[in-house]
Amino acid sequence: MTTALSIKNLTIQFGGLKAVADLSLEIPQGMIFGLIGPNGAGKTTVFNMLTGVYQPTSGTMSSFGKNLIGYKPYQITKLGLARTFQNIRLFKDLSVIDNIRVAMDNDPNQNKHGLVASVLRTFAVIRDEEIKEVQAMELLGIFHLNVRRNELAKNLPYGDQRRLEIARAIATGAQILLLDEPAAGMNSQETADLMSTIQSIRDRFKLTIFLIEHHMKLVMGICERIAVLDYGVKIAEGSASEVQKNPKVIEAYLGKAASANATP
Amino acid sequence: MKPHGLQTLWVWLLPVAVIWILHFFCVSSIEPYYFTILMYSGINIILAVSLNLVNGFTGQFSMGHAGFMSVGGYVSAFLTTVLFEKYPVLSTALTAHHGWAGWGASDLVFLGSLLMGGLGASVAGYLVGLPSLRLKGDYLAIVTLGFGEIIRVLVLNIDTIGGARGLPNIPPYTTFGILFTFVIFTIFMVWRLVNSAHGRAFLSVREDETAAEAMGVNTTQAKVRAFVLGAFFAGVAGGLFAHYLRYLNPQTFDFNKSFEIIIMVVLGGMGSITGSVIAAIFLTVIREALRPLQTYTHVDFRMVIYSLLLIILMLTRPNGLLGTKEFTWFFRKKGRSIS
Ligand SMILES: Nc1ncnc2c1ncn2[C@@H]1O[C@H](COP(=O)(O)OP(=O)(O)O)[C@@H](O)[C@H]1O
Ligand SMILES: [Mg+2]
Repeated sequence: MTTALSIKNLTIQFGGLKAVADLSLEIPQGMIFGLIGPNGAGKTTVFNMLTGVYQPTSGTMSSFGKNLIGYKPYQITKLGLARTFQNIRLFKDLSVIDNIRVAMDNDPNQNKHGLVASVLRTFAVIRDEEIKEVQAMELLGIFHLNVRRNELAKNLPYGDQRRLEIARAIATGAQILLLDEPAAGMNSQETADLMSTIQSIRDRFKLTIFLIEHHMKLVMGICERIAVLDYGVKIAEGSASEVQKNPKVIEAYLGKAASANATP
Repeated sequence: MKPHGLQTLWVWLLPVAVIWILHFFCVSSIEPYYFTILMYSGINIILAVSLNLVNGFTGQFSMGHAGFMSVGGYVSAFLTTVLFEKYPVLSTALTAHHGWAGWGASDLVFLGSLLMGGLGASVAGYLVGLPSLRLKGDYLAIVTLGFGEIIRVLVLNIDTIGGARGLPNIPPYTTFGILFTFVIFTIFMVWRLVNSAHGRAFLSVREDETAAEAMGVNTTQAKVRAFVLGAFFAGVAGGLFAHYLRYLNPQTFDFNKSFEIIIMVVLGGMGSITGSVIAAIFLTVIREALRPLQTYTHVDFRMVIYSLLLIILMLTRPNGLLGTKEFTWFFRKKGRSIS
């Protein structure tokens, strides 16, 4: 099996704090891989390193054999990794379809046109814009957002905003999706729907999905493999049942989760 | 299949044709006072629409637009005035010749000088933009403000272009037809640009830079592009201004001028081209209307009125007159993808 994402001995230090220490992960192509851990464990920091927002202090990262270190975020996206954010970051005052279009414009597989051609709106420009529109509508359809195409992103209900952000990440043409707490703030029905959507887009677009969840229960359903992070250190990795049985996880994670749930 | 952009070009060529008909048949009968207001409106439209590209559409708060205007004005006026003084042969040869319908070599020289003025301003925009566009919000505003002042002081100390005395005897090349053709051209360029894939990149930077970058947008490139293009049109406006007023003075392009253009953009709505056009005309007229009051009282009421306008606006319509909407009575169609 091909490895979609490979992380070796990844470490990042913020002043005296080692937010992520010596992390190694291998994610095979096509897998839904979960990264869990209590708040502040360093999960988002892993995504920020993968996407070029932070430069790791040491270690290596690669995707399908290509090095990922030393690139800017927009270059990482073009290399095939696209993300969503823990706190939704849509283009709020743009329409739903324009949110998708911005991402599509940067898909390396889409035709590009220069400034002059774009201003003149040559035949090729109009043709490619129409193709993009059809593709965007198709993608929005999968997320049941096609009826909202002209609404401003900020006016969508919360759940739709989360799903639009995932659709936008897919529109970049990336093969690997990094989803940072995609179910945060959703009720259990919405969460269940989201989980099945994630599975279906994985199959449909042949994606590899790396997702972070704060709540353990949600991940157990769809992740084929799970790694557990605590204080920046990987304390366990395996299938859902293996991770659940791991005494270290029960001690470090479940205890804290119980207290975290008490003060939402 | 939608008609492509060359087929819809008539929407833009029609007003240009109207402008030239007015130029040849009507303009001479306008009273000079009103004609001046009309011409300044045109120059201000170019300035406001091009600044909107940077401040409104790309969300980068530039306060140096008058600086770019100054660069363009001085470059183009230097070419048509100082060079001709040094080589009088050139000037007599060019201005003596008048071809069809008043078009002649001097007009070509003028167009060339405007282009050079615009390019000069873009180079300045690139040099200022590349390092400073990494800065966010207030910092960019301060750097561009500083740039405007540097340009002003620089011009004050260059004797070849008049220094503090100013640069007089600039030939009166800016006609109604030429100016308003550039007005339409500027609106056309900015309109088509912001409704293209490149423009979407600008908008995404305004909306959320981090998210834009994560969606593959090279945000630094997008910002520099918007900045350079905005500077180009400011430079052209400077050249048109120079050859209308026929005299340049570095003090004309001080902070107040930049502020005036910013007010036009904010008043009309950051991200609304038609808003900028309406606000530019409105403020130009207001300014001229206030001039008698100013001569009488010796108080510059302009700034008082501008400030009041801003305060009222922020209280009643915080997004400007039109917000990001466009006022398109002529081609009413949903969304932004018009002509
Ligand atoms: N830019 C930064 N500077 C300093 N500390 C940071 C920075 N980013 C994250 N951290 C710290 O790293 C730790 C992990 O944060 P994060 O990755 O957001 O956790 P989570 O697992 O909840 O996503 C936290 O202690 C956080 O304060
Ligand atoms: Mg997090």
